[in-house]
Amino acid sequence: MATFLLRRLGLMILTLWIVSLIVFFAGQILPGDPGRAILGPFAAKSAVQALDTQLGVNRPLLTRYLSWIGGLLHGNMGTSYTYRTAVEPFIRAALINSVKLAVLAFVIVVPLGIIGGVIAALYAGRAVDRIISVTGLSLATVPEFVSGIVLIVVFGVTLKVLPVTAAAGAGAGDLSQFRHLILPAIPLVFVLFGYIARMARAGTIESLNSDYARTAVLKGLPRATMIRRHVLRNSLLPTITVIATQTGYLIGGLVVVETLFNYQGIGNLIFKAAGAKDFTMLEAGVLIIGVVYVLATLAADLLLIALNPRLRIGAQND
Amino acid sequence: MTTDPAFSVSSASATSSGSSGSLGPALIVSHMDVTYRVRGQDRLALRDVSFSIDRGESYGLVGESGSGKSTAALALVRYLPRNGRVSAGTISINGQDTLSMGKSALRDLRARTVSMVYQEPGRALNPSMRVGRQIAEVFEIGGASSEEAAQSAEDMLRKVQISDPGRVMRRYPHELSGGMAQRAVIAMALAASPSLLILDEPTTALDATVEAEVLDLVVALRQEFDTSVLFISHNLAVIAKMCDRVGVLYAGELVEEGPARQVFDDPRHPYTVGLLRCIPRRGQRKDRDRLDTIPGFLPAPGHTMTGCVFAPRCALAQDRCRESHPPFFDVGDLRTSRCFFHDSAPDLPRATPASVAALAGNGTGGPLVVVEGLSKTFPGGVQALADVDLSVRRGETLGLVGESGSGKTTLARVLLGLTAPDRGSVVTLHGAPLSPDARRRPREILRALQIVFQNPDSALNRRHTVRSLISRPLTRLGGLSGTALRERLEELITSVRLEDRHLPLRPGQLSGGLKQRVAIARAFGARPDVVVCDEPTSALDVSVQAAILNLLADLQHKERATYLFISHDLGLVRYLSDRIVVLYLGRVMEVGPAEAVFAGPHHPYTEALFSAVPSLGGQRPDRIRLQGEIPSAANPPGGCVFHTRCPRKLSTGICESTEPPLFEEEPGHLIRCHIPIAELRILQRNESAPSQGGSP
Amino acid sequence: MTDITAEPGSSAPLGALGPDAQVAVAVASRATPTRWRLLLRRPTFLVGAGILLFWVVCAIFGHLIAPFNPLAQQLLSANTAPSGAHWFGTDPLGRDVLSRVIVGARDILIITPLATVLGTVLGTALGLAMGYFGGTFDLVVGRIVEAVLALPFVIIAFLFVVAVGSSTVMVIIVIGFVFTPLIARTVRAAVLAERHLDYLSSARLLGENPARIMFAEILPNIMPAILVEFTVRLGYAVFAVATLSFLGFGPPPPTPDWGSDIAADYSGLLAGYWWQTLFPALAIASLVTAVNLITDSVEQVLSS
Repeated sequence: MATFLLRRLGLMILTLWIVSLIVFFAGQILPGDPGRAILGPFAAKSAVQALDTQLGVNRPLLTRYLSWIGGLLHGNMGTSYTYRTAVEPFIRAALINSVKLAVLAFVIVVPLGIIGGVIAALYAGRAVDRIISVTGLSLATVPEFVSGIVLIVVFGVTLKVLPVTAAAGAGAGDLSQFRHLILPAIPLVFVLFGYIARMARAGTIESLNSDYARTAVLKGLPRATMIRRHVLRNSLLPTITVIATQTGYLIGGLVVVETLFNYQGIGNLIFKAAGAKDFTMLEAGVLIIGVVYVLATLAADLLLIALNPRLRIGAQND
Repeated sequence: MTTDPAFSVSSASATSSGSSGSLGPALIVSHMDVTYRVRGQDRLALRDVSFSIDRGESYGLVGESGSGKSTAALALVRYLPRNGRVSAGTISINGQDTLSMGKSALRDLRARTVSMVYQEPGRALNPSMRVGRQIAEVFEIGGASSEEAAQSAEDMLRKVQISDPGRVMRRYPHELSGGMAQRAVIAMALAASPSLLILDEPTTALDATVEAEVLDLVVALRQEFDTSVLFISHNLAVIAKMCDRVGVLYAGELVEEGPARQVFDDPRHPYTVGLLRCIPRRGQRKDRDRLDTIPGFLPAPGHTMTGCVFAPRCALAQDRCRESHPPFFDVGDLRTSRCFFHDSAPDLPRATPASVAALAGNGTGGPLVVVEGLSKTFPGGVQALADVDLSVRRGETLGLVGESGSGKTTLARVLLGLTAPDRGSVVTLHGAPLSPDARRRPREILRALQIVFQNPDSALNRRHTVRSLISRPLTRLGGLSGTALRERLEELITSVRLEDRHLPLRPGQLSGGLKQRVAIARAFGARPDVVVCDEPTSALDVSVQAAILNLLADLQHKERATYLFISHDLGLVRYLSDRIVVLYLGRVMEVGPAEAVFAGPHHPYTEALFSAVPSLGGQRPDRIRLQGEIPSAANPPGGCVFHTRCPRKLSTGICESTEPPLFEEEPGHLIRCHIPIAELRILQRNESAPSQGGSP
Repeated sequence: MTDITAEPGSSAPLGALGPDAQVAVAVASRATPTRWRLLLRRPTFLVGAGILLFWVVCAIFGHLIAPFNPLAQQLLSANTAPSGAHWFGTDPLGRDVLSRVIVGARDILIITPLATVLGTVLGTALGLAMGYFGGTFDLVVGRIVEAVLALPFVIIAFLFVVAVGSSTVMVIIVIGFVFTPLIARTVRAAVLAERHLDYLSSARLLGENPARIMFAEILPNIMPAILVEFTVRLGYAVFAVATLSFLGFGPPPPTPDWGSDIAADYSGLLAGYWWQTLFPALAIASLVTAVNLITDSVEQVLSS
């Protein structure tokens, strides 16, 4: 068991390292000169070059990479070209905002998705199932900005029920913050619902058709008990992994949603940084996202092991 | 002349224990039809089936695939799939009509009166729930509190002879071996003391020795619980052992019924006669006798033929059989047969001639494949093979026998180069060492060593046509093309009895037997020297199996091939093999000429193995019972690996401490045992009083 | 009596699978209608294909169908609500929204299939290699795939587009490359499901080389999975292209494009000009739904 965990951790670190490589080198090929970006288009060339040297832009690639990584491991994410101050507080604030939004989305979509999927499975092949399945599939690939706009038009502008900006304003109470986050959370819910429902459905159907479900029925258990006690336990295991891997999509969706609703989350931060060619901010932001995703996958794996007895012991024989 | 078997009362019930008769038969099935709706059309799966089981009686339902036997079981508990229904007839269990019951009465029936055990025990248990909890659930449904239920569950586990019930209670299903899991399932089934226990192929997935234990358990429990048993199987020998009465199902109809012993000794329906002739019996050998086969094929389900359902395949059939549907005839002794000519059934003409044209010279050649010091340890410390020495002689059939964990499949894979053995292992062909990886072997070597796999569904690429499947080895290994290729293809098709019309088909469009023929044609395509047959007939029906075995025997003669025949079915091994190797936990326990190994004296494991297999020819009076389970290959016992279960273990302690070498007890007959053969001869002869030494 | 042992009827192995065996036998003994025909019988497929066809026609013949020239500005009639003259109203530059929606289908319908095909071809090759070779290759490439997947593809896509430009070809290549690891993962899983089957051992015993085994033996068996994956990715491609153009990486103005038009006009929502964003949004939604309906039907047909 311990070896298995160590191995898993090792692979994760390897993945994170590759993420850092990708982010760093992607940043390197982005066009633009940091010195120029900071000083503006009218600054003197010599000043730009001096700043570049000061920023260490001309050092060899490897040195730059190592110093970047070194800085990161110490919590130093570099200096923003746009704001001329440390990147780290921006990232932290933005991350917290995004987490609020993401958590809200998850809290809505996970139970909804699971219930939808299970119901679709219980009535598999019938109208309810097709409706849930196709709806889920459709909603999943309607881009967030599309659903976001439709929602804004319907609820914000026409019906004027919910606020259309996500930021509640400084010092707003929790409930008010919550109200503001509902509309932006919904496109995220749409994107995730289909996938979660589909996994839950597939898992439940497989469970229902299994030999052990048959055993439970032939023991004389009422159907509801059989489903609750025997089927659900097994059908939801694959759904858990899916939920974790969906964090990737969620974060991607954050970029669009936060831009649309003008919310100061990490997606918005990255987008603005890209536009402003603030590469330090950009790289730090993208890296953080990568780290969050990898950690989420690890958490899902651990959760899966904790819940699935076969893996728990199987891991020992791995 | 005709009898309605629904109300026949068997005399066998007198032999079973417990109260009888006052509540009537435990099960009465009367003129039952089961229909499936497929693509908008109704198809009959079972037609006019009637039988009854008395209290405490054990009834066997025998049939091949497509006979409808599992459908019958599911119909009894009303668990047919959504497109199936009982379209006619009645089913009554303990006097209650099950078909007209409401939902809660049905649940009650399933909870208290009827229990079912089916094939794969591991899958029948919920993988996320502890075993004890699942068994306790049965008691809870019956109204017990959770503490009472847990206690009762533990008691039940003890009753099924699980030695440490407390520990097993806390286990999850995947942590139990097949045999233990099936015991747990049986415990769960008997927990509610049902009146009727349905067993649907309960031991098919288990090893021979484990199967024997489980069957013995069922016999013991049946007496203790006074439960009626419906035993469904394709294995006639098992049915003969377990059941008082038997019903033979063919294509959805019951064609013969009666006391098991008599039906099998003196069958009165041509199908039963044919079926029994397909099974190799003691004394039959491939060079003297061909197995009989049943010509023709199963009718498609939902057939609506007039006349006898077996007529198209029956050598005794006449116009009367094709025009009118035979009723049941009373054949005396409480037996019935659905055949107009039941009197002449025993004289059914053979479909395949019994005698064989002159075959000669098996096993007299020199060694072709030699294996020395072969070991294979898998990562994780599982030792599949340990220091195996073996030789396969030109022209012979070497039978390889063993249960799970014996290493027989690993041995085959190493030979072929699909798995690399440990360093120091030597595998030679024609005296030259072989590369451990098939990818590095030259074409000549690949041509010389081929295999027929167990499962043709897995072994044939389902997206390729038969033509391309058989031609590929011819082009790739045989270097044939053009006319030569076509001619060889034709030759192969003919020799495995396929037809040109099969060539453009894909495996999914063929039956199991046909698929295996394709696999055989492919294996023989480039004229190999050695063909490994890895359980080639295990996935096939009995009647089809006979044809494939005949084919293998013919091809061996025609192509002068050498076989390594791997099987868990000792009857087949005895029929086909010239020499036999017995493997246990990766070690050779015994090697020798087939007759010598079968007749004895032989290794105690061989002895136990042979005595575990039920035979059609009557029960051995005294079975060698092995204690415990097969040890894990990751942690083999020290000394002689068999000592943990050996009933003849020496009291001197040498068996625990020292691994015996292979002693050549008789010319060509080696036994790995500390007990000298002379003593084994005495011990084993004494135990097997009336019949000669252990043979299935 | 001759030994006729052809038995096309019985096909279930011993130890009966129960009633399903008989149903399976029933199915096997009749010729199965071709999959195309099954597909065409499904209402979901027909609806989806219909919508898709409509947009394809718009993409090809847009300039002939559109009532107005999508580039023609009429500042006097800017921001007019939907009416008899302009069914979908006009945008801030007075251009007819309906015409822009119709012609706007072109870009997305060129990029989407090409990008998906690119991704599928590369992803299949990669997935086959990973699944077949396994070992270190699979481990290392697997980590890279995971790393790429850790970064949301919208972000990677726009990082690359920022770096190399947003021409149509670049967008196709970028999306194709981003899809490759996703598809490779699915293909790899399908390959792993085949690996234990004996026909692969048989191929090895014939001395077949790895390329042949991957492409002639394994690939035909995983085609259904690849087809389903292709149609699913098609839907995601629409998503990606629209999002990229929304974020500013679509074709340059004044070319009509659904995503760009929404990006340009959505500030108009506050002023109440809902039609300028809603109709392109619905166009995107309808295309996505159409592709999803097709995906759903394909999946149903291939899994039955």
